Amino acid sequence: MSASVLFDAPGPRAKRRSRVASVIVILVVLAGLSWIVYTLAQPRESGGIIVPGYFDWTRWEKPVTDPEFWGAVGRGVLGTLQAAAIAAAGAIAIGVLFALLRTSPLALVRVPTTIVLEFFRGMPVLLMMLFILLVASTGAFWAVVIALAVYNGALIGEALRAGIVSLPRGQREAGLSLGLTRLQTKLQIEFPQAFRQMLPIIVAQLVVLLKDTSLGYIVGYNELIRTTMNNLSSFYGNRYLITLFIITLVIYLAINLSLSWVARRLARRRSPKALKAAGPENPENAATE
Amino acid sequence: MNVVIDNLPAYLEGFGQTLSLLLIAGLGALVVGTVVAAMRISPVPALSSVAAVYTELLRNTPLTLVLFFCAIILPYLGSELPYFWCAIIGLTAYTSPFVAEALRSGINGVPVGQAEAARSLGLGFGQTVSIVIFPQAFRMVIPPLINVLIALTKNTSVAGGFFVAELFGVGRTLANANGNAVIAVLLAVATFYLIITIPLGILAGRLEKRFAVQR
Repeated sequence: MSASVLFDAPGPRAKRRSRVASVIVILVVLAGLSWIVYTLAQPRESGGIIVPGYFDWTRWEKPVTDPEFWGAVGRGVLGTLQAAAIAAAGAIAIGVLFALLRTSPLALVRVPTTIVLEFFRGMPVLLMMLFILLVASTGAFWAVVIALAVYNGALIGEALRAGIVSLPRGQREAGLSLGLTRLQTKLQIEFPQAFRQMLPIIVAQLVVLLKDTSLGYIVGYNELIRTTMNNLSSFYGNRYLITLFIITLVIYLAINLSLSWVARRLARRRSPKALKAAGPENPENAATE
Repeated sequence: MNVVIDNLPAYLEGFGQTLSLLLIAGLGALVVGTVVAAMRISPVPALSSVAAVYTELLRNTPLTLVLFFCAIILPYLGSELPYFWCAIIGLTAYTSPFVAEALRSGINGVPVGQAEAARSLGLGFGQTVSIVIFPQAFRMVIPPLINVLIALTKNTSVAGGFFVAELFGVGRTLANANGNAVIAVLLAVATFYLIITIPLGILAGRLEKRFAVQR
């Protein structure tokens, strides 16, 4: 439903009112922003030393002009992307496996799989990371990767299953009547279609996975946040904390916004019919944190 | 197993903290999210773009970074809030755009004819939204909102990494103190999370089925 149905095309008076409201909103936002800027720009005293405000170049100069700094930030970004890429590949593989087991005709396979899936979906990824780290003592990198792969694999498996269920029955019947076995039908006929249909949801889930690599900060894996906010801030000193925070935030926003953009493009390329069959019209909402 | 039974009071305390994080941040996120959703569909362009920027900004920032800001940068800037309330602010801010998006897609799910009928009867924007669209959108929105709350339950664990002694924090301390019973300690923590998330999941599924028949 387009929002325009909700109200008339504005006449001159409504236009004026809307313009006044817009101006007020803009003023309020500007006031808020300038308050933040003003606060940050104030010199502060810490431990007897007067530190200049945040817009003073000295608050940026030391890290920003240091090539070592950018090398370290690059390693942090690489750490995040590496963990995300391996976990994403693992999550898709595990998701396919879960979906296969979950749609098995044997109750003996299906029921335990459902229980295991519910277990993985219901608990925090962070807890899973800690569990793998302490119990399997794999080191922080593999703890992050395995936990993310299993958790997101469970969610992707559910999405794929929903995709298989939503296919027209004729697809499966046609496969079987051609003499394919059940497994062949599932792998060659049903899976490719379900995968295509659920692609936007899967990509959105992978964006969530990328964001969740930041949990490595807590279990001690050197991804972006740990590199900048922990290692670099103790190397350069606490006075650069906010500078580092702003740099980290900008890098994350750049990566995630471009990935979300890809997810949205994929969603738009699905035909409306396929989307309806897939259920939720906005794939980003279907992804669970 | 003995470790778990011996430390049951600690677990329950952590569970209480998790529950209070969930309830307070959940309520906050519902309020903020509703305001943001209302701004997003409002006819004033400035309001809707502010809401859009807010949503995109927070949805694309990792929760860890949001909580880092609330728990470490805010005190550095001079706030003296206890860590519990820092976590509440972070979780509320992080969850509210998901609430807003769930509400918005619920509103978008109401057939256009409903709004057209209301408009052609002469109802204004406020009336159309509050008496025609919202009551219908509300029931479609409940299952996705419950899913947002389930995600929030799991996300409260991140607060455990930022000095709040909730379930995850308690589990981590106990696991470090009892190196020989790590599996039992952590499985008990998982059980407490499942006590919240699984019933909520079943509830969401039920409601979804019930409301789906009606349209």
